Amino acid sequence: MNSHLPFKVIFTLAWRNLWRNHRRTLIMLSAITVGVWAMIFMTALMRGMVDDMLLNGIRNLPGEVQIHHPQYRDDPSINNSIAAPDETLLKALQIAEVKAWTSRVRVPAVISSERDSRGITLLGVEPVSEAQLSFDLDSIIEGRFLKDSNDTGLIIGAKLAERLETRLGKRVVIMSQDPDNNIADRGFRVVGIYKAKMASLEEIYVYAGLTTVQKLLNLENKVSEIAVTGNDYRHVKGWYPVIKNAAGENRQTLPWYEADTYLGAMLAMMDGFVLVWIVVIFLALSFGLVNTLIMAVFERIREIGLMQALGMRSSLILYQILIESFLLLVIGLLLGNVLAVGTIIPLQDGIDISAVAQGMEMMGGSSVLYPALKLNDMLLANAIVIILGLLTSILPAWHAASFDPIEALGKD
Amino acid sequence: MNITLRMAWRNLWRHKRRTWLTIGAMIFSNLLLVFLISLQFGSYRMMIDNTLKSYTGHMQIQLDGYNDDPKIRNSFDNIIPLAQKIRKRLKSDTVAARGVAFAMTSSDLRSYGLQITGVEPEFETKVSTLPGLINKGRYFTDINAEEIIIGSVLARNLRVVIGDELTLLGSGRDGSFAAGVVIVTGIFESGVSGIDRSMAQVPLGYFQSLFSMGDEGHNIVINAKDLPLVSALQQNISNIIADRKDLVILDWNVLQPGLKQAIQADMASAWFMYAVLIILVAFSVLNTQLVSVLERTREFGTMMALGVKPVRLGSLVITETFIMSSLGLVIGAALGATLAYYLSIVGFSYPGMEEMAGKFNLPDRMYPSLSLLSILLGPGIVFFCSLLASVYPALRLFFLHPVSAMRAV
Repeated sequence: MNSHLPFKVIFTLAWRNLWRNHRRTLIMLSAITVGVWAMIFMTALMRGMVDDMLLNGIRNLPGEVQIHHPQYRDDPSINNSIAAPDETLLKALQIAEVKAWTSRVRVPAVISSERDSRGITLLGVEPVSEAQLSFDLDSIIEGRFLKDSNDTGLIIGAKLAERLETRLGKRVVIMSQDPDNNIADRGFRVVGIYKAKMASLEEIYVYAGLTTVQKLLNLENKVSEIAVTGNDYRHVKGWYPVIKNAAGENRQTLPWYEADTYLGAMLAMMDGFVLVWIVVIFLALSFGLVNTLIMAVFERIREIGLMQALGMRSSLILYQILIESFLLLVIGLLLGNVLAVGTIIPLQDGIDISAVAQGMEMMGGSSVLYPALKLNDMLLANAIVIILGLLTSILPAWHAASFDPIEALGKD
Repeated sequence: MNITLRMAWRNLWRHKRRTWLTIGAMIFSNLLLVFLISLQFGSYRMMIDNTLKSYTGHMQIQLDGYNDDPKIRNSFDNIIPLAQKIRKRLKSDTVAARGVAFAMTSSDLRSYGLQITGVEPEFETKVSTLPGLINKGRYFTDINAEEIIIGSVLARNLRVVIGDELTLLGSGRDGSFAAGVVIVTGIFESGVSGIDRSMAQVPLGYFQSLFSMGDEGHNIVINAKDLPLVSALQQNISNIIADRKDLVILDWNVLQPGLKQAIQADMASAWFMYAVLIILVAFSVLNTQLVSVLERTREFGTMMALGVKPVRLGSLVITETFIMSSLGLVIGAALGATLAYYLSIVGFSYPGMEEMAGKFNLPDRMYPSLSLLSILLGPGIVFFCSLLASVYPALRLFFLHPVSAMRAV
């Protein structure tokens, strides 16, 4: 017997059977479509939110990889500073994966205007590399960013300026502690005011030239941290050991996911969430799927008995039901994917969720949500639906294939 | 037993497997819904409680404008007598006056810029959990003592232990130089590093003299017995302070807008997920009931020929769905409640939760909070939507012609 013929025949049979009860098929198709749409749409939204949190978080850490004094993270004091990068480290920072790096002094300080004083974090930065790494020059709304490390100006956030009742061109006093625990203070002129994505940061971070801060705090050329970025937070694992080795044993080199375990946990949890969500939706669908197939099999008991009596092998009957289920799943997936892509594309410019902006800030997100449609997530959803869908169809299909022809023919 | 009910019951068990699969879909989603909703309720409550009880409180009386612009100058006078008056009028102890200022805090080895809160020792313990979290030393006893309590992380960073001195440097209310030396009398540990790193309290009397505040302060914290009672109490207090036009009473939604919004954002995404689950169940019911109506066309035709009204047949189909949904509701809610109850005792944790929890002042295990609402809300909606889904199959019966129906295959 020609082995291709039966397949073509059972395929046609499966296709026609599918449309014999078109209402039922359409309902099941709608269920699969809605399910698949929800899987992909929700995943894209959550991915978008977590991506945003991670990017914000890494920006503020900042840096995908950071080098500190081993004690600095527990005790962020001026005493736990490190020397500027030596030759070995400078060489390691030349590798192709590193897109930018910078060093900073980061110390707690008090800022005072003539009206009020606040606790802040003073950042002594190298303006050029800082702008490549984390500072967004477009966020300066008044004045300018620092020119170079020797710049004696100060950049403060808009919110802080408001709190201190100060403005561009005014003088403020910065007070901090030098390594010998003497109070070091110095007047600065506010040369720039910035607006951050997250309002709370505007109150905390104050930028000044690296050399200026080093002089103020008697630090010589020491720094608090060296931050490195490769412009892709997902692939830090590959290159960070190079930096770690070059930085040496007596400095602590951490990738972002270890430096901020919240962010690391978010990424890991997100992957877990995507899988759980897809499987849960599938399970909710599977009851309907099995039910549909069982109904399809039962109303055709006599017909199946007749086919068996006429000599159709039971394996072919099994295939026929499986193909019917496969066709149902594939059409549902197709529609679901199209619907998902169709609803996500109009939202590419972001969804305004500023109504809950302060809540999102607590989680580390910003007030616009950009859905992130990832090919991998789509493939995962499709693969799970097809594979688990066929697996759950085996039971009703096997049931149909194991009818006794005589009994089946006798059913009414 | 009513004849419709009896027929519906028997009809259901004509197709055992199909019925159980449909009920299975309901049980599955109900189980999930009860568990997730209880977990949500539990974590929201904890988020609110932990955040508010550690510091903010349910309500605060402040100078109008202080909340938007918390400067040391925006204080109000006679704060201690006013707090006393409110306590008397409310017959409640959970009222405490505070002052807030920034100061550079230095030990021999380290200095940090800190927010310093001046508190009434006797009443602060009633409105905030911090005093109770002191695990080294003691809380204040005298409102004028030159003492300070700080968090454990801060103590470690400042390298101080109980009995050590700290120097406070800042500016007073009038812009004058404020400097003082205080003794560390207590160190608290809340487990939330943000709090343990940044909070410091001194007695209010000393605070007022240090920062040249006179008899002024910045806010009076008031706690209600329970969250739902906040708005009633707020009304009550606003009557008490009606003669002070310069003051406002703000509740926690205004004081901590992020908290409510974080909950709203989480609610929105959670309800999207629930809605999808519920829609899928409804499809499942629609499918089953439609097929069961179609396959009984002949039977229904015969019944109509015998004089049964379409309304009766329609209510038969709805009754069948009602029975299925009730079974799904009872079994699903019972299983879900059992699971949630079990976890509300032993707690629940998943990888990465510890890091998440710290961000929202939550402990590292979650305890679902079981209530009639959290058990019945999800399953109730599933029940309702299932009934709704069977309306279409039931309506089809009205368009049935007995003669052609009896001829149908």
